[in-house]
Amino acid sequence: MVKKILSVALCVAVLVFIYSPILLLVVYSFTDANVIGKWEGFSFKLYADLFQNREIMRILLNTVVLALVAAVLSTVIGTAGAIGIFYSKKKVAAPLKGISQIPIINAEIVTAISLALLFSFISLYRTYFSLIVGHMVLCTPFVVLSVMPKLKQMDPNVYEAALDLGASPSTALFKVVIPQIFSGIVSGFMLSITLSLDDYIVTAFTKPRTFDTISTYVYNAVKNGTNSSTPALRALSALIFIVMIAAVLAVNLRAGKKKEGAK
Amino acid sequence: MAENKNDAMNSPSKAEKIIEIVGASKIFDDTVAVDNIDLYVRKGEFITFLGPSGCGKTTTLRMIAGFDIPTSGKILLGGKDITNLPPNKRPINTVFQRYALFPHYNIYDNVAFGLKLKKIPVTYVNAKGETYTKMQKLTRREIDEKVKNALAVVDLEGFEKRSVSTLSGGQQQRVAIARAIVNEPEILLLDEPLGALDLKMRKEMQIELKAMHKKLGITFIYVTHDQEEALTMSDTIVVMKDGQIQQIGTPTAIYNEPANAFVANFIGDSNLFNGTMVGKMSVRFCNRNFKCLDDFALHEKVDVVVRPEDIRMTDADKGMLKGEVISVVFKGVHYEITVKAGKTEVVVQSTESRNVGDVIGLDILPDGIHIMKKEFTVNRYDGYITKRNTVAFGDGEFECDVTQLYPGSLLDEEGYLVTADGEKLDLTDTDVTVEVGFTDIEISDDADAGGARGHIVSIIYKGDHYQVIVRTEENEEDFVLDTEDLWNENDFVSVKIPPEKIRLSLKQEAKQK
Repeated sequence: MVKKILSVALCVAVLVFIYSPILLLVVYSFTDANVIGKWEGFSFKLYADLFQNREIMRILLNTVVLALVAAVLSTVIGTAGAIGIFYSKKKVAAPLKGISQIPIINAEIVTAISLALLFSFISLYRTYFSLIVGHMVLCTPFVVLSVMPKLKQMDPNVYEAALDLGASPSTALFKVVIPQIFSGIVSGFMLSITLSLDDYIVTAFTKPRTFDTISTYVYNAVKNGTNSSTPALRALSALIFIVMIAAVLAVNLRAGKKKEGAK
Repeated sequence: MAENKNDAMNSPSKAEKIIEIVGASKIFDDTVAVDNIDLYVRKGEFITFLGPSGCGKTTTLRMIAGFDIPTSGKILLGGKDITNLPPNKRPINTVFQRYALFPHYNIYDNVAFGLKLKKIPVTYVNAKGETYTKMQKLTRREIDEKVKNALAVVDLEGFEKRSVSTLSGGQQQRVAIARAIVNEPEILLLDEPLGALDLKMRKEMQIELKAMHKKLGITFIYVTHDQEEALTMSDTIVVMKDGQIQQIGTPTAIYNEPANAFVANFIGDSNLFNGTMVGKMSVRFCNRNFKCLDDFALHEKVDVVVRPEDIRMTDADKGMLKGEVISVVFKGVHYEITVKAGKTEVVVQSTESRNVGDVIGLDILPDGIHIMKKEFTVNRYDGYITKRNTVAFGDGEFECDVTQLYPGSLLDEEGYLVTADGEKLDLTDTDVTVEVGFTDIEISDDADAGGARGHIVSIIYKGDHYQVIVRTEENEEDFVLDTEDLWNENDFVSVKIPPEKIRLSLKQEAKQK
């Protein structure tokens, strides 16, 4: 009994430790004060400010558009790469796979500095091009990583079966291979969006000077500690958190339903 | 090699060749999967590639399908070279071992997959009365009709809307067959299609496939490692081993007249004996002469196959062979009785039973004895190691290197063998298999010079050398050797073999002392 209470208590403690900062942020998004920690009565003013702040709305749009563009491109390249690696000869496939995964392990700051260096060499430093390519470098390995297992699960003969039935290689790819690895492609895409949305380091090193994403904007805004020039960001952070929770819940619920359906 | 000639003789139909494989080889990295095979398939025939796993049968099928391109050689379809044609351009469809159905489609869409891609020429007449043809896709109605018919052929009417995962293995295989035949291919390739099914289902499907072949009238090329399946279904069987064709023939021919020991062993149960021709249509094995129906050169070493069902049991003293029953196993339709006759074990199948320990006679009629050319390149003997660490075989005793039996071993002063792990072994009386190459044996007039003695019973001139057979007196053991010197028949000679040329291998682990 004591053991049980202790284990529950430990779990609660860990969860409190993880979530208290965010909860604090959420709570203080409902008061109108410049400094966190000061309670000036309950109000929705920050939320009202947030949606009236044109700059923040524009930056939000920037971030989402950047994430979508980078994720779509990364998903296309990553899926093509995974399929290419999968169907290569073993001698070629193993090293290719290893190399494609190095950016995942590599420290992001190293990637960011290398990208900055490369783009200044080719005079494309701090352009939209360098920004998008930077994000693709970030996301593509994860797409490869999530598509690869799906390819391995696939019956190796189905592609040949499609050819055998008269499909050209590209028809076979789109009608037979892609549908079977689609769940891997989707998860790669989602992962890319998440990665791109909250990336700071690569963005900071590759973005055009006048361009900001939420990460870079928030970072600049709160550089001076808790004394934020734009308290509306608290409301934005709280909203992002809630949207994320909703997304995770939705995904989990759907997965649960699917499993039941399979039974 | 019994290749095309045999095929032509045995093939039931004299129809045109639909597939011809000319000198095709396939090499993967360093392994040779298919080694320079020649083969043809007649239109409408049911041909089976049979062999153990790794024999190249599936690779051959994949080359016909177009999934693998031969490293060298050609594949012709109706006389046209299709060696480099991609699979989607060949009028050939495949049924895969693991079905390879498309799990994201329902049964209808699986079967209709090929039809939806197909374009057929349609002839129109325009306003001016000129005719012209256009390549057109099949209409929905045509596709519906064809899918329905194909599903009817495989007994799956009404399954159109079901998803693949709700079907049993047998049903999935039927869908795979329907998906292939719906395209009306000229050739249907089947790669061990029944391998994943249980025995009862497999038997049913064998009969159905055979019936389907009759009904559709198209060429079936079937791959299996199951000899019974091959015998039941095929018009022609191609037996393969190590990427090479061992024999091509009808099931009856392959069973009754196997081309070599491998085929005899692989197809059905058989007793294999080492024999020697001792006269016109007379062969000696198991220390007895038997009349037979095959004629080979006098003194030629041959392999003798006797099917267990061709041996009759008689009273002890009335048979040609005499032996003791050492095991009796009931097999349902018959008993399998193992008889020890002299040194050899003979397996007999009979509906009558005997008791273990009975001494019985065995009779073999001439038509039950099939003689095959021995494809040997070495002399092989059963021998044993003596106290002096020499080896006794072939009615003689020879110096040899016993350390080759255990890699990394040494002999100590007392004559024990010390293995690489430091274990001490006494090899006395260890049974070994001895191999000696034809060119490693020398003969000498001096009767005491070698380890064994005998008379020369045969000398055959082989172009640049003579092949000489020396037979010992006691147990009539033969030494076959190649020499450039001319000897006379009946010379009494001794046989010399350099110790390093005697290759030994263990029959079983030496008893450790």
